[in-house]
Amino acid sequence: MNKINRRDFIRLAVGTTLAGGTLGFPGLLLAASPKVVVVGGGVGGCTAAKYLRKLDPRIEVTLIETKNAYTSCFMSNEVLSGDRTLASITFDYEGLKRHGVKIVIDRVSAIDPVNRQVATEGGERFGYDACVVSPGVDFKWEAIEGYDVEVAEEIPHAWFAGPQTSLLRRQIESMPEGGTVAIVAPPDPFKCPPGPYERASQIAMYCKHHKPRAKILILDPKEAFSKQGLFRQGWTQLYGFGTDNSMIEWIGGAGGGKVESLDPSTRTLQAEVEAFKADVINIIPPQKAGKVAFTSDLVDGDWCPVNKMTFESSRHPNVYVLGDASNAAKMPKSAYAANTQAKVAAAAIIARFNGQDPGDPTFTNTCYSILGEEHGISVAAVYALDKGTNTIEPVKESGGLSPMDASPAQRKREVTYAHSWFQNLISDMMG
Amino acid sequence: MGAENMNRNETMSKKVRNLLLAMLVQVPAVVLADPTGQALAFTCAGCHGTDGSSVGPSSPSIAAMDPEVFIDAMQAYKRDERNSTIMNRIAKGYRDEQIKGMAWYFAKQKMAPAPQAFDPKLAEAGAKLHEKYCEKCHEKGGRPGDAGTLAGQWMPYLNFTMEDFMSGHRDYPRKMKRKVDAAVEAGGDEALRALLHYYASKQ
Ligand SMILES: Cc1cc2nc3c(=O)[nH]c(=O)nc-3n(C[C@H](O)[C@H](O)[C@H](O)COP(=O)(O)OP(=O)(O)OC[C@H]3O[C@@H](n4cnc5c(N)ncnc54)[C@H](O)[C@@H]3O)c2cc1C
Ligand code: HEC
Ligand code: HEC
Repeated sequence: MNKINRRDFIRLAVGTTLAGGTLGFPGLLLAASPKVVVVGGGVGGCTAAKYLRKLDPRIEVTLIETKNAYTSCFMSNEVLSGDRTLASITFDYEGLKRHGVKIVIDRVSAIDPVNRQVATEGGERFGYDACVVSPGVDFKWEAIEGYDVEVAEEIPHAWFAGPQTSLLRRQIESMPEGGTVAIVAPPDPFKCPPGPYERASQIAMYCKHHKPRAKILILDPKEAFSKQGLFRQGWTQLYGFGTDNSMIEWIGGAGGGKVESLDPSTRTLQAEVEAFKADVINIIPPQKAGKVAFTSDLVDGDWCPVNKMTFESSRHPNVYVLGDASNAAKMPKSAYAANTQAKVAAAAIIARFNGQDPGDPTFTNTCYSILGEEHGISVAAVYALDKGTNTIEPVKESGGLSPMDASPAQRKREVTYAHSWFQNLISDMMG
Repeated sequence: MGAENMNRNETMSKKVRNLLLAMLVQVPAVVLADPTGQALAFTCAGCHGTDGSSVGPSSPSIAAMDPEVFIDAMQAYKRDERNSTIMNRIAKGYRDEQIKGMAWYFAKQKMAPAPQAFDPKLAEAGAKLHEKYCEKCHEKGGRPGDAGTLAGQWMPYLNFTMEDFMSGHRDYPRKMKRKVDAAVEAGGDEALRALLHYYASKQ
């Protein structure tokens, strides 16, 4: 990768200098195989690891992850309808190993940006030339009185796919006919903005066949939510939304949807105006960056500020924060977003190792929601960086939602394309 | 110039055209400090697979796509002239030079044929239909070329595109309709399925 490319030739020819890129990192230019340590083997971490190796196989990449397999949150709502098994969304790290990524199963306790070391709970230390951090989100457990880690063993959040997803599925299956499922939606920003509403749809998809008198109640502190028009339209077509017999009901902020406390013994949620009793409760708490971002001094408030040209932390050099944990405004916290951010960071790290300026970044987000067996909808956006404001802006005229007037055939196609999105995203990050 | 107007004996001029395309890619990129074709192409992987080889079950592989067919497709999406569920919204995010940059990147990638089930008997019947009605434009059994990619493409995607052609949701390339009609007339109800199974068999 040390070749000077055509672009650099032209820059030199017109008198611009490459020094900006090399200043401060002369040592790295000489290192035979620079070391990158990746913290977190989710979408951001895996994609960065794979693409670093793909773009420059000299780089030694070590990925540290707590679990020996990744269970994806995306497509985990489909486990709730019975459409998928948990096993079908769980993947090992063998693919990354084939790309030459060293996998370490351990939990990172903190990153020391001064000595450029990553420390694990297992007592190991890993030195790095660049560190990629993609730990995902953590919950603000204190936000809803009566809800904590122990209570969540019975009243699941299922916002990290895994045993909690299976638990919620079992609870819905054993709920009496005519029972109520309450979903407590979080305030912005949170991972997967359409997620709670897709979840309600997937639960309805199951209930429609197995418990047709069930109710799904969404209690929401927000006034509006992602893809709202499309969700309401789909719910109207599929689940009687808006009628007396609607299977799904949404209570927003203005209607008293903000939940303040939970009484687990009676399964009662106290919202601003009323109390709601439910047979099955799913609480998705408010969110902040994963714990390691806090122990490593990478946050400003709840999230990690970054230079969006490279996703390098604004707080510590040589540390790159991706995905849900970063403040990547205006990108949402989604898998596709994390995947494209990781490629920008990988290219920027390699540019730095080679003493070059990073290229201009480009990002995409796409997110599918499956509302019924033959009813898929999507949102898409192509983004470019506004360097003046360090804001990632959607490219004008591009992106947006599936059209409201799409034909049933198009809605059906979007279901199979959602499955393709899933397969390709997983394979791109770790296959 | 539409892909359908290309004279397929002019391999030399095609090479020249490709070189010109490559130059078009690089020159404006310097002036605008744009993301590279590679960087742009990387963002497509979550739907089309790493370097454009889709792992399915339905979104198309775009690796090894002829650059001109690629550009025509992206421009048609951009102008809402080709039926799509999502590509029209995505294509609008790219300027013409950026599309050229990606065309060049994908053209250089090897396409991994889709590993998918097919019925060998149908595929055999399809091979005969293809040879007679399609091979003239979709050369080498429909391998990536200047009429797009059929061999090894995901079957559901090809099925959707055939549905779109036949229902008028996508304009037929010049002279293709006649051949499709003739194939359907010769092969009956099973003709299209047979053709799709033939393309799926090319693994
Ligand atoms: C129900 C649901 C549905 C969703 N659907 C979609 C969708 O349809 N489309 C979409 O684009 N997105 C979707 N998402 C969002 C998507 O899952 C996330 O945005 C994405 O996973 C973010 O990637 P990440 O790398 O930031 O974090 P994650 O993928 O969460 O990865 C973080 C990893 O870091 C590990 N980790 C954390 N701390 C440490 C530590 N200290 N040491 C070692 N390892 C650590 C974790 O174990 C985890 O594996 C959905 C989310 C949910 C909950
Ligand atoms: C969200 C998923 C998604 C993303 C992201 C995406 N595509 Fe597509 N692409 C599709 C789908 C689905 C189709 C089929 C048409 C449709 O329904 O929109 C398609 C079709 C195409 C085709 C037509 C293929 C052919 O054989 O004619 C091309 C070319 C293409 N995409 C290029 C791209 C490029 C380039 C990018 C990245 C800049 C990209 N796509 C990003 C989903 C996606
Ligand atoms: C006269 C030339 C010609 C003939 C004959 C022809 N095609 Fe095509 N076909 C094309 C061209 C050119 C394209 C690329 C279209 C475009 O860019 O819009 C195409 C595109 C297609 C596509 C869409 C590919 C994609 O990726 O979207 C399918 C499917 C297809 N042809 C099937 C067939 C079949 C089956 C036959 C035979 C029955 C056939 N064609 C005969 C010229 C032809």
